[in-house]
Amino acid sequence: MARFSPLNWPVVRQLTTPDRFGRGEAVTSRQTRDLKPRTATADRVVQSVCPYCAVGCGQLVYVKDDKVIDIEGDPDSPISRGRLCPKGSASEQLVNAPGRQTQIKYRAPYSTEWQSLSRDKAIDMIAERFIESRRRWWQDTDEHGRPLRRTMGIASLGGATLDNEENYLIKKLFTAAGAIQIENQARI
Amino acid sequence: MANADCIVIQGSNMAECHPVGFQWVSEAKARGARIIHVDPRFTRTSAVADKHISIRVGSDIVLLGALINHVLSNEKWFREYVLAFTNASALVNEDFRDTEDLDGLFSGYDPATGRYDNASWSYRLKSGDDESTANEPQQGPGMGDQFGAAGPVAVDGTRGDGLCRDEIETDETLQHPFTVFQILKRHFARYTPDLVQQMCGISEADFDYLARSITENSGRDRTTCFAYAVGWTQHTMGAQFIRTAAILQLLLGNMGRPGGGIMALRGHASIQGSTDIPTLFNLLPGYLPMPMVTAGTLTDYLDGIASPAQKGYWANAEAYVVNLLKAWWGDAATADNDWAYDYLPRLTGPHGTYQTVAAMLDGTVDGYFVLGQNPAVGSAHGRLQRLGMAKLKWLVVRDLALIESATWWKDGPEIQSGELRTEDIETEVFFMPAATHVEKAGTFTQTQRMVQWRHQALQPPGDAQSELDFFYELGLRIREKLAGSDDPRDRPLLDLTWNYPLDEHGNPDSAAVLQEINGRFRTGDKAGQPLSSYAEMRTDGSTEGGCWIYTGIYAGGVNQAARRPARTGHDPVNPDWAWVWPADRRLLYNRASADAEGRPWSERKRYVWWDSEQGRWTGDDVPDFPATLAPDARPGPEATGPAALSGLDAFIMQADGKGWLYAPRGLVDGPLPAHYEAQESPVRNTVYDQQRSPARVTLARPDNLSAPSDDDPGANVYPYMFTTYRLTEHHTAGGMSRWLPYLSELQPEMFCEISPELAAEVGIEPYGWATLISPRAAIEAKCLVTDRMRPLVVNGRTVHQIGLPYHWGVGGEQAVVSGDSANDLLGVVMDPNVLIQESKVGSCAIVAGRRPRGRARLELVAEYRRRAGVTVDTGMRPIDVERGEHAMRQDRLEAERVNADDPWVVPDDEQGGER
Repeated sequence: MARFSPLNWPVVRQLTTPDRFGRGEAVTSRQTRDLKPRTATADRVVQSVCPYCAVGCGQLVYVKDDKVIDIEGDPDSPISRGRLCPKGSASEQLVNAPGRQTQIKYRAPYSTEWQSLSRDKAIDMIAERFIESRRRWWQDTDEHGRPLRRTMGIASLGGATLDNEENYLIKKLFTAAGAIQIENQARI
Repeated sequence: MANADCIVIQGSNMAECHPVGFQWVSEAKARGARIIHVDPRFTRTSAVADKHISIRVGSDIVLLGALINHVLSNEKWFREYVLAFTNASALVNEDFRDTEDLDGLFSGYDPATGRYDNASWSYRLKSGDDESTANEPQQGPGMGDQFGAAGPVAVDGTRGDGLCRDEIETDETLQHPFTVFQILKRHFARYTPDLVQQMCGISEADFDYLARSITENSGRDRTTCFAYAVGWTQHTMGAQFIRTAAILQLLLGNMGRPGGGIMALRGHASIQGSTDIPTLFNLLPGYLPMPMVTAGTLTDYLDGIASPAQKGYWANAEAYVVNLLKAWWGDAATADNDWAYDYLPRLTGPHGTYQTVAAMLDGTVDGYFVLGQNPAVGSAHGRLQRLGMAKLKWLVVRDLALIESATWWKDGPEIQSGELRTEDIETEVFFMPAATHVEKAGTFTQTQRMVQWRHQALQPPGDAQSELDFFYELGLRIREKLAGSDDPRDRPLLDLTWNYPLDEHGNPDSAAVLQEINGRFRTGDKAGQPLSSYAEMRTDGSTEGGCWIYTGIYAGGVNQAARRPARTGHDPVNPDWAWVWPADRRLLYNRASADAEGRPWSERKRYVWWDSEQGRWTGDDVPDFPATLAPDARPGPEATGPAALSGLDAFIMQADGKGWLYAPRGLVDGPLPAHYEAQESPVRNTVYDQQRSPARVTLARPDNLSAPSDDDPGANVYPYMFTTYRLTEHHTAGGMSRWLPYLSELQPEMFCEISPELAAEVGIEPYGWATLISPRAAIEAKCLVTDRMRPLVVNGRTVHQIGLPYHWGVGGEQAVVSGDSANDLLGVVMDPNVLIQESKVGSCAIVAGRRPRGRARLELVAEYRRRAGVTVDTGMRPIDVERGEHAMRQDRLEAERVNADDPWVVPDDEQGGER
């Protein structure tokens, strides 16, 4: 602590600085002056876009030690001009909330419990089921002999929260596989 | 929106659901604009507006139709704009009969199928050919959306010939009784302020205020903007609600102009993108339709999209299709095999999400991927969704949290009621943790078509991975397992271009995928370089591109979506920020912001105009028009494609270049909007005898029952209307909000909003519990008794409306908050154009107290159904033939028509001439 000095009295500072009404600098303690926003020590700031509604607000993602420490509005965005709503402001918790899952879970037929599974094994099992269901419900032609070249055994729902590049790959793969029942929130 | 002089928000609670976007409404207001909120509930949007007008859910066409009538009968329409840019002067086929003539039906209706044959809706042609006879309807029921947003483009196999402006008979005086303009006048004449009062519960004074506000704020100097959200789309008449607004905005000259338009406020970060580059059954990227089984060859398919002879940019559809096929199948797509067109699977009818759920229930779907969506809570009729999933062989749920769609097999409502037993459920469930938006790079397309790139901030933790990574990997595995197969059905998978560069973590590079979407030259000097515009796409295989409307996003080899200049001031257009499809145009159809001669309509509203010295269009935006096409250009009849556009064809994607006041094709439930009541409504339709939309798509099954309507026996068992909505602090089915402590604390509990009058009527205390019962489910909610909900007097009797947020669900692991799901109350009935369900209106009962637990809950629902006499047929007939009076009138009118001028009974050689 600095030694006491009458010059540090807020009222003196109030009279000797432009802050005559004592609403800023004059009444700021050293402790407050020394405070820094937690974003100031971020290792990097990454420009992003809010993942909730379709307004498309700009976000600044603050990362420290490979952890997201905060997400704030991007003042450069002409759409949002730095603002975020309650959901956008809470989006740091999308990354860090305790309920977020980071491990694969598998429920076997008739089982009452989850079990764990490696990612490699899970994707392999899904690929096998994909191929089998595709064959099982394959339709070569309709009742008039016109080509259909499709499977009705596989469906998908989702995409409105995904990236364009992801939707593109999903549509591309499913169409090549002949799986037509592919939908997303835009229909809802 | 900031440039508007009046903003009407209807079918949206923008301040709460798009709070940051709403700053532009506030900005407009600060500049003097008038803000009007039309909504069943008084919300924060209403609180900020100049006026809130309370409307009965589902009656929007009555209100908007009356505004059209007001504009037409008081000569408030923008004459120069309407004559230059709309189809007001076009003549319609003499066989067309309006709802005025057929008591609530348009011509071409088949009561047996519940579908329209739209042949008689077409334009009248100069040649005298009866174009309509060639107009074979090939749309399956509810297949309007197979044509996507590009819908009205020669979609029915008629090669667009019937839409070429030069062939269409017109009357520029607008006096001919079969001009679009006169048909419009007759059609909307019955939509009066009196009817609005009767059906919407809106007073004449409020109607007058609204009518004055929009007409005084439209014209050369001023513009009015409409904004809507799913309050308009989630109805059996959803597409027609928006059509009604479009007619009104065209009449007022508010399309293609700053501060005008109809803003669709979409609810997901990339729901626009997932329509453009669709994960939808009926579309290929860029609004190209998925081929129907009838399109046996590439030529058949292209004929169904557009004719090379038609005008506008759809005439080049062949290039867009060939480039897509080349992007997907590379060297395997050649001119000799029609660019691998045969690799595309074919549709035979609607395969929308609700049809697929029905197929699951029937046991004909094995596997289901659920990707960042929570149908157990977010889709209509949650029970149907969950029971459907219980019939699957395998289910893959990819999400951030263990949502209800992943855990219904152990903790869903059906487990709790004893309907399902975990040990009996065969379904294998794979829960795959997803990457968040900051753990992957890629683009979202926001609600105004702006594509914005997100940079990756860090790697996903643990097993979490992006969809890009997962599906790329899945594709590799499938191809590995099929390698060496000589089965022709595997060729499309094996020939698929599926080589993307990997980053240092072994994940596919999303920028490379975006480059494929953009397209590139395959041969020649520029081989490998990105295309800069879809005009560079060729039909000879020398170029490729995955989504033509996104071409240009990688122009010059630069990721245009990642442009983020520092903001230095207020620029209303911000042309340098990110990238907007198509061709970086910020405002669509902006040619209409100038008059017929190409001059700004006024100094105040100047935006894009013709610079006669330079001989080109210029202004604040990329002109949405051929850059050097003069306003007075009038190409001859031999011109085709973009070259056929005249200087007045501001609506360049329409086959006739005009804004459609009347839709000769493209919609399956009528060329004009007509009001029908929702599937479930305590109100009788007094506009026409026809109660419900005759073309709506129903799913009549014992597990999808409807309440009786109007005064039908049993309707009083479910006497109240309910509507569903969102809150600021939650996101749809809660997957991205109920697992977050901050948001859950802000909105912890499921509730319903009811008026003090309704609370008194059924004996509910404020903050007490209530049970709501529909023919599908019973749910409980805390009661928010508030005069924000107002009883309305409709048809002389009081109608109560109940508001229900739909974010909560039962089950799900580690959710911070849970509660009963409002969507469980809903049934499934759909708009026939787009197959979107009617989730904004339903009928229910409400009683005080919590719902019963266990099996007693099912028994309560069954008891109400018994009391109401609900059967699988209730409300399912396409038209109300049970009404004898209606049927007799119908027969009489039909008989008159047959005697007078039925086109099918006159000899062929007399067809088509003037009668």
